Amino acid sequence: MSTTEIDVVEPLRLLAPDGTLVDGAVAPLQSDALLDAWRAMVRSRTCDERCFSLQRQGRMGTFSPINGEEAAVIGSAWALDPARDWVVPAYRELPAMLRQGYRLSQALRYYRGDPAGSRIDPGVHVLPYQISLAAQLPHAVGLAWGLRHQGLDGVVMAYFGEGASSEGDAHEALNLAGVRRAPVVFVLKNNGWAISTPVRKQTAAVSFAARAAGYGVAGELVDGNDLFAVHDACSRAVARARAGEGPTLIEARTYRMGPHNTSDDPTRYVDAAELEERRALDPVARVRRYLTSEGLIDAESEERLVAELRAEFDAAVAEVEAAAQPGVDALFDHVYARAPERLERQRREVR
Amino acid sequence: MPELTMVEAIRSALGDALAADERVMVLGQDVGVNGGVFRATEGLQERFGADRVVDMPLAEAVIVGSSVGLACSGLVPIPELQFLGFGSQAFHQIEGQVARYRFRSQGAYGMPMVIRAPFGGNVRTPELHSDSHEAKYANAPGLKVVMPATAYDAKGMLAEAIRDPDPVLFCEPLRGYRLIKDEVPDEDYTVALGRARVVREGSDLVIVAYSAAVVIAERAAEAAAAEGYSVGVLDLRSLVPLDVDALREAVGACGRAVVLHEGSLTAGFGAELVATIQEEAFWSLHAPIGRVAAPDAPYPPGTVEDRYVPSVERVVAAVRAAMEA
Repeated sequence: MSTTEIDVVEPLRLLAPDGTLVDGAVAPLQSDALLDAWRAMVRSRTCDERCFSLQRQGRMGTFSPINGEEAAVIGSAWALDPARDWVVPAYRELPAMLRQGYRLSQALRYYRGDPAGSRIDPGVHVLPYQISLAAQLPHAVGLAWGLRHQGLDGVVMAYFGEGASSEGDAHEALNLAGVRRAPVVFVLKNNGWAISTPVRKQTAAVSFAARAAGYGVAGELVDGNDLFAVHDACSRAVARARAGEGPTLIEARTYRMGPHNTSDDPTRYVDAAELEERRALDPVARVRRYLTSEGLIDAESEERLVAELRAEFDAAVAEVEAAAQPGVDALFDHVYARAPERLERQRREVR
Repeated sequence: MPELTMVEAIRSALGDALAADERVMVLGQDVGVNGGVFRATEGLQERFGADRVVDMPLAEAVIVGSSVGLACSGLVPIPELQFLGFGSQAFHQIEGQVARYRFRSQGAYGMPMVIRAPFGGNVRTPELHSDSHEAKYANAPGLKVVMPATAYDAKGMLAEAIRDPDPVLFCEPLRGYRLIKDEVPDEDYTVALGRARVVREGSDLVIVAYSAAVVIAERAAEAAAAEGYSVGVLDLRSLVPLDVDALREAVGACGRAVVLHEGSLTAGFGAELVATIQEEAFWSLHAPIGRVAAPDAPYPPGTVEDRYVPSVERVVAAVRAAMEA
């Protein structure tokens, strides 16, 4: 295969933007699992909308909306078994974290700048949010390797973006994953933008998935706005990893429909016409069309769902706002298990 | 009791840890089949297998970064950086991830790992191999920085560092690997982190040093004695935790101090020591505290490195200056 042929590979697509299955495709998510994924998509939109509003009211800190990436995050995470598999996030994967058992109230505390938001309950198979781009990828490989070393059959799903793919850690992690045949699935969400930097300034290559071959790992390019395509590719990757057949790099080609975060103004750099064009490919609308045509949801049931999820969110906000504010001990707790006396002295001085 | 070199003592501690706890893993470049470029891990892969003594790709960030994940899975990784000078290739993982992982997971994931790294000069290595970067790591909250000066301490402190639930950067002096040799028990034992060692008592002045510089300090104290000065030597053993009590007592007892290290002067660990001494023992000082360190210049090529690394003569001159002040 020539390089040019790799370049023109079309992303895997099972669900067309009009909400119909492409010829011969079978929906990889059915009945309860499908409605659960739909619920997660709507919940994600609800969180985005509510968090943005709380941030504008000064009740929450910096927040990065998921808006546009729901199929990429949910299609992938729904391929995992939370009892044995792990999620290693960047910072825009709330639905995946929640499915693993991380609580919404913890996420809200995290966004509010409360250290306790990063607490991970025992048995919840996630690593903390990662702000240092791509730094989580070596961790994901080590975690997957460590599970296998101990005879466990867990698979690790690691998230990063096309911007983070330029970091050295991404290269080192993919390389080691290949060498050790670590059971890890790298989900590269190519959302088109690293704050204001477009993909074409991130790489000269046409596909990030094509990099997989250079590491001796499996690679696949999928339509990241297609819940079914993402889920199908990730399910196959998880099965291969669990069977000891090594890692996979999945490029989910999606689009960031909102700002990078609450401090960002994308009108400075995103072409309005391009945004409109991409909004027509909205991953949530696509699933809505499919479920509606299948008779599984209607406007009324969605309305009820949205009301329920808003109430759930508001209850979590009330819980978090009623909780005690962290004191100065939060500066010192958990820095060490056995803190040097010098640090304990600093704690006494600050109190 | 048998005499062991420092590298033999380190190998002994690694072997004991691998034998005692199946969660322990050793990983790094050339640590397996080759037994490490300094033979610190010689024979370990044969004894414990390639799954526990692992040859890694040439990539410092992922050697350390994958150790974070191994620790999250419940293992106790001992990654090796072939040289501390190349630790800069992994600094973002050490400072930004390893050191703060317990904090950023609010206690869910501790980092019971020991990052071993040879460092230090006078061994005619190419560029970057000899750098003394300990001060950069001492400035990374969450990390402990251990710098033994004897084979006995190297074995006991490495054993303790492996048992410690916090991450430890364990710095091993290159030129001391074979030159430093002392009595080391066969059996497993530990030496606490954060307890300095009085190497030599002296009533006029104390030289504060760590790692291979302790040898320079001892020679300087000996030379100063010939000039009639009673000079003690305090071996810090670890920079984090820092034994502030020992520092206060040592300087408080004689009122004069010279701090010594192989890293460059500005913002070197000596600055921290001088600041701590003035906080803790200012009213007992009879003279300004002397500082002997490498110049604020990059570690040089071999033909001039002996002029760069602090010498016995420079330390004696600093002792003299403090005594005559």
